[in-house]
Amino acid sequence: MAYIAHDETAHVPPAETGEMELYHPKTFIGKYIWSQDAKVIAIQYSVTAIGIGLVALVLSWLMRLQLGFPQQFSFIDPSNYLQFVTMHGMIMVVYLLTALFLGGFGNYLIPLMVGARDMVFPYLNMLSYWVYLFAVMLLVASFFVPGGPTGAGWTLYPPQAILDGTPGSNAGIILMLVSLAFFIIGFTMGGLNYVVTILQARTRGMTMMRLPLTVWGIFMATILALLAFPALFVSAIMMTLDLTLGTSFFMPAIVSKGQQLDYGGGSPILFQHLFWFFGHPEVYIVALPAFGIVSDLISVHARKNIFGYRMMVWAILAIGGLSFVVWAHHMYVSGMNPYFGFFFATTTLIIAIPTALKVYNWVLTLWRGNIHLTVPMLFAIGFIFTFINGGLTGLFLGNVTVSVPLSDTMFVVAHFHMVMAVAPVLVVCGAIYHWYPKITGRFLDDTLGKIHFWFTFVGSYSIYLPMHYLGFLGVPRRYFAIEGTDFIPASAQSLNVSITIAALIVGAAQLVFLYNLFRSYSKGKPAGGNPWNATTLEWQTEHTPPAHGNFGPELPLVYRWAYDYSVPGVEADFIPQNQPPSAKEKSLEEKEA
Amino acid sequence: MTTALLVMAAIMAVIVGWLFKQTVNTQPWLAQSSVEAVQRGASSQTSVAISLWVFLAVVTSMFSLFISAYYMRMSLADWKSLPEPGLLWFNTGVLVLTSAAMQWTLAAAKRGQSARLRNGLLVSGALTFAFLAGQLVVWQQLTELGYFLTSNPANAFFYLLTALHALHLLGGLVVWGRTSIKVWRGVEVKKVQLSVALCTAYWHYLLLVWLILFALLLST
Repeated sequence: MAYIAHDETAHVPPAETGEMELYHPKTFIGKYIWSQDAKVIAIQYSVTAIGIGLVALVLSWLMRLQLGFPQQFSFIDPSNYLQFVTMHGMIMVVYLLTALFLGGFGNYLIPLMVGARDMVFPYLNMLSYWVYLFAVMLLVASFFVPGGPTGAGWTLYPPQAILDGTPGSNAGIILMLVSLAFFIIGFTMGGLNYVVTILQARTRGMTMMRLPLTVWGIFMATILALLAFPALFVSAIMMTLDLTLGTSFFMPAIVSKGQQLDYGGGSPILFQHLFWFFGHPEVYIVALPAFGIVSDLISVHARKNIFGYRMMVWAILAIGGLSFVVWAHHMYVSGMNPYFGFFFATTTLIIAIPTALKVYNWVLTLWRGNIHLTVPMLFAIGFIFTFINGGLTGLFLGNVTVSVPLSDTMFVVAHFHMVMAVAPVLVVCGAIYHWYPKITGRFLDDTLGKIHFWFTFVGSYSIYLPMHYLGFLGVPRRYFAIEGTDFIPASAQSLNVSITIAALIVGAAQLVFLYNLFRSYSKGKPAGGNPWNATTLEWQTEHTPPAHGNFGPELPLVYRWAYDYSVPGVEADFIPQNQPPSAKEKSLEEKEA
Repeated sequence: MTTALLVMAAIMAVIVGWLFKQTVNTQPWLAQSSVEAVQRGASSQTSVAISLWVFLAVVTSMFSLFISAYYMRMSLADWKSLPEPGLLWFNTGVLVLTSAAMQWTLAAAKRGQSARLRNGLLVSGALTFAFLAGQLVVWQQLTELGYFLTSNPANAFFYLLTALHALHLLGGLVVWGRTSIKVWRGVEVKKVQLSVALCTAYWHYLLLVWLILFALLLST
């Protein structure tokens, strides 16, 4: 890279999509309802996702009430219980986490962090949200149709998903499948926007290798989602046809309630392959944005550059690529060829390498850093612990011989909650505490934040650590009640009671968080433009919260990467990305050239 | 799932190659005093064109998964292959012509010939409708012969795949329609050139998809 002595940028031609014509709404509805501003769309996405996520939280309470205190509540019967389990899982994975990370954080942070005025296709972006909202409404509608929502488990395996006897096997399952199809269509609209904005709308000087890791995480997760969601789409279409028109893609010849049905010859395993071809990448669709965000939180709050930036980027890509060749580790007990099991166990264990690299790099970033134990940092450190815990039990379940006896036990539930529920949620919380001051101009309350963190962190461990043990005892998942099983000691029930109590407390702690969100909006401590002394572009905006168009009359110019914290020989402990190099840096640069 | 895996591998190879170009020889930690010397690495293509390519990757993923499902379902005992009506060959010919007409239209747009552009759009649109009508007739012929959607998975796949392919063409026709309206209203040729170019790429892509689906049908 040659050094060019002058620093005049006025004549530099603008980037292809650098300056864009913005749509300027004049009415309240145009500004806040049919909004084309990515920041408003981000809030719409987040509020909807968190809203439906609260429904799923209540469902998990109901489920836990039954498990902790069996038969005590007249309003929970076996059908309801299965419906709670199913809807809790589907909502949390797809409608909350995917939508919140990509639609919420993606929309808010991508344009600001890459130095763009907005997404490249604002109209499509708006459409994406409204299609998502429609999908959520279809999902909610399924609670109110005859038979209620589907109770087939979030994996929706045929044949049981569409047979009489499974709750919600008529309208419920149809609404579920159609809602998923709409979700995917809406996501594709948004996803195209995120990818193309990152590729094309970066401001001058912002190379891909200067992007904050948050953007990298969201970028790769979006690519994964764009490629993996079609598998869910394909299986949803085929199952809908089996259900409504009577085709036999997945449905074998079957006798239901003493009657031979018209189906014949179909393969439920085919559905499992398609579902998990989506389902496993989905884990990383949720995890990669969390990885990216947590990298930035750790770097900012430890006042240190991220350790091994390029390695982190390659690890994100490697994890994304590998996630497409591990899907059948969810199907060890499906009766597939055992040699496949060997192959998929191997690929599954290989994925531990880039993942471990990331964990080491986070820890090495903390090493001798100037660690500020702010609330976002607490959540970030909590994430590292939880992710390591969940990842280690993943090694158990990735191995066929260990996985088979643990299949469909509470051990599996504990594993995936640690790795893709608690861990990403900790990041979501940390990220909200971190960026709330930018979104509203005010801090969230620190004391309430710490209460929220400790109850959530310790509470989650009180829920899921004992659950691993229940799994070892052989306690099955998804069972309404366990009776007549001699191998499970009676004391397992007392663990279930304590887990339920912990779950209620963790849930209540989230209400503290909600209260904090509302209260601080008007009463929080004013934060100023860059309260964490961070380097990335979203903190360098003219206004806080950023105005329509994000930056002032000129887009920022980027001279450096996002991690110039505690640079040796520089007085300030951070240098914003848009700050030109100092004389000393220039002389270094000349030497390099 | 081999087909889907091969497609994913190809897409991943493209991404790895691209990322390699971004990372090799860069030292992200160095500040540079000139934003001018820094290549952002953005493509010279327009954002709309890039988003079409990304969208085609999504559609490719979907069709490859359907083809994977097709092969897996085919290996089960109850599969009975369909006859291939002669009309399918005719329809394929029509779709090839459509693509050629699109290419011709694009050439006209590039040369700024508005009269030829109009004719080209008209012909390619008409041929596309002819293809869709032809596919409907094939459906009718097969139903008359007793090959109903539910009677065999081979039939179900045939109807489903042809329907999806046709739906994608219909989606393309929406853009074609918008472009044509602009042209008829007398918008400058230069201003619609990009739309015509992207329509052409999309039509070529859907021709390729159809040729693969047709080959799949003939070979099984």
